[in-house]
Amino acid sequence: MGYNCVVLIKQVPDTKRITGEVMNDDGTVRRSALPAIFNPEDLNALELVLQIKDKFGGHITVITMGLPAAGAVLRDSLFRGADDAILLTDPRCAASDTLATSYILSCAVKKIDYDIVLCGRQAIDGDTAQVGPQLAEKLGIPQITYVEQLIELTGRTITAQRNIGNGWQQVKTTLPVLLTVTGEANEPRVAAAKKIMKYKNALTPVEVEKEVRGQISEPRTSVRGADLVEKKCSELSNKGLLIKQWNLDSIGADLSWCGQSGSPTKVHRIQSVVLAAKESKTIEPTQNGISDMIHELIEDKIIA
Amino acid sequence: MIDVNRKGEVWVFAEQHNGQLEDTPIELLGKARRLADTLGVKLAATLLGDNVKALATKLIHYGADKIYLVEHPLLRAYQTNSFAKVMCELIGKYKPQIVLYGATITGRDLAPRIASEMKAGLTADCTDLQIGDHTTAIDKKLHKNLLFQIRPAFGGNIIATIINPERWPQMATVREGVMLPPEPDIKRRGEIVTENIKLTQQDLPLEILAEHKRPKKVNLKTARIIVAGGAGVGSRENFKLVWDLANCLGAAPAGSRAAVDLGFIDSDHQVGQTGTTVRPALYIAVGISGAIQHQAGMSQSQKIIAINNDPDAPIFGIAHYKIVGDLNEVVPLMIKAIKEKGVE
Repeated sequence: MGYNCVVLIKQVPDTKRITGEVMNDDGTVRRSALPAIFNPEDLNALELVLQIKDKFGGHITVITMGLPAAGAVLRDSLFRGADDAILLTDPRCAASDTLATSYILSCAVKKIDYDIVLCGRQAIDGDTAQVGPQLAEKLGIPQITYVEQLIELTGRTITAQRNIGNGWQQVKTTLPVLLTVTGEANEPRVAAAKKIMKYKNALTPVEVEKEVRGQISEPRTSVRGADLVEKKCSELSNKGLLIKQWNLDSIGADLSWCGQSGSPTKVHRIQSVVLAAKESKTIEPTQNGISDMIHELIEDKIIA
Repeated sequence: MIDVNRKGEVWVFAEQHNGQLEDTPIELLGKARRLADTLGVKLAATLLGDNVKALATKLIHYGADKIYLVEHPLLRAYQTNSFAKVMCELIGKYKPQIVLYGATITGRDLAPRIASEMKAGLTADCTDLQIGDHTTAIDKKLHKNLLFQIRPAFGGNIIATIINPERWPQMATVREGVMLPPEPDIKRRGEIVTENIKLTQQDLPLEILAEHKRPKKVNLKTARIIVAGGAGVGSRENFKLVWDLANCLGAAPAGSRAAVDLGFIDSDHQVGQTGTTVRPALYIAVGISGAIQHQAGMSQSQKIIAINNDPDAPIFGIAHYKIVGDLNEVVPLMIKAIKEKGVE
């Protein structure tokens, strides 16, 4: 009994909180200075499966494709109740567009037994909402996008309510299915203190390596270094604290569909948005100042 | 994917529900007409549904040369798989060079599924489209007349121009409300190409149990004047100021995302990246700081008045009239001034 659920999550720069500290003098944003966070709607996707698990039991695997630093969102998922976490990291993933990303993720998901695959509706760095539907196509399963409520799950049948912009729609289908979940779906639970105690020292192999390399002053390739990494990893593994780490070889991905070569779209140009002042005037917040402004707007036929 | 096909047409996906065309295909036809003319190719719309032929004429009036019409009882209600299957078959058969979709919920559900199946590129939520040349950095290969797919990214902090040089069709979804709808020309004539595509129940994995649509309470897109309030207004009660100012100007009341999230005003009234994109003659921002996501939805307004007590609020960067002051004093002064001038 219970359902095998896979949640795809992403670590993103916090684009919603742009403060003066991350702005360059020319009005552009220093992207590297933005704090990295758990993509908000991915938390809603995780919460939705945690509720499924609370009710029916089952197993929750969280996967993120990203840089080694993305280990942080995997630990966060474990704190909130995920059973298993996988870091999919490989320099050859760089420059993947949504199509290549969905291909890579599909190779990873296919290695796991799943009933329900979930993603946040979209990530706040790209706002494309494309990876979910593309992944569903690559897996050859139906998709229910913009899910705002899980209505019913009985046996192999799932009923969900999706947002359709100016209303809602309830749809039913047979598992397996991919859902993309909106921010309205639920209020993500906070990390559980017990789980934090349990998993706070959980690390990915790449984090172990970084830690060990930081402690010894020998060259990267030294035998002693490699031994220490292996020893530490196996210690963590025995305690159930080693987060799984996959690369493109371990998921059997065809490299021609990954990274730059797997991405049909390319960037032609990036321009920073500069908040430039146009022709503008300052109006005194007084009766005269405002009266003159209204008069001018009427003269200009802006207001009738 | 299909190969680069310079003679390929420009296509617009004509989204309709229950026989009613959405606004987006009309908005797209205006821009797509110019793209097709620049490329010297025909502009076509794909019209999928059950008993929807009557909409073809309207699409032609708005600029389409050709309509690919696919009618089938199983296409009565939109479903991802059935619509994707039909679109992929049409694309495979006719090899258009560009396919555009509205970035509506349906467009954003459908287009990525098609892109994945075609193994072609797709750019989400474009705010502009142009035709231009691109030289590949590595081999200096010149690609002429590509579709420049222009979109904000990174929460609107950058504008990216995306291209798809080789794995065609070049596909994009386009944000609702950013393209000006063209004027219809009822004398325009076009060709209707009827396609029969085999569909079975297997193509409909979902069962639609219920659907509830509520009419939008307000149409911000067509409003000439908009008065929008933000978090700075302070409370739902105090939002009455925004409604009062809107009333005396015959304007539409609106809110920023913050105001909507705080429950000051209904989400139908939301302006910004996640709300409606507007371009009124006058936009009055009351207590709105002007996050870039908000500006994305209103910066095209002809005139902008900003009222905020924080002189450093980003909204002042794009305002034509900057009023640094307490909105609780400024708004009543404005209402008074408007009434004195006898504005209706």
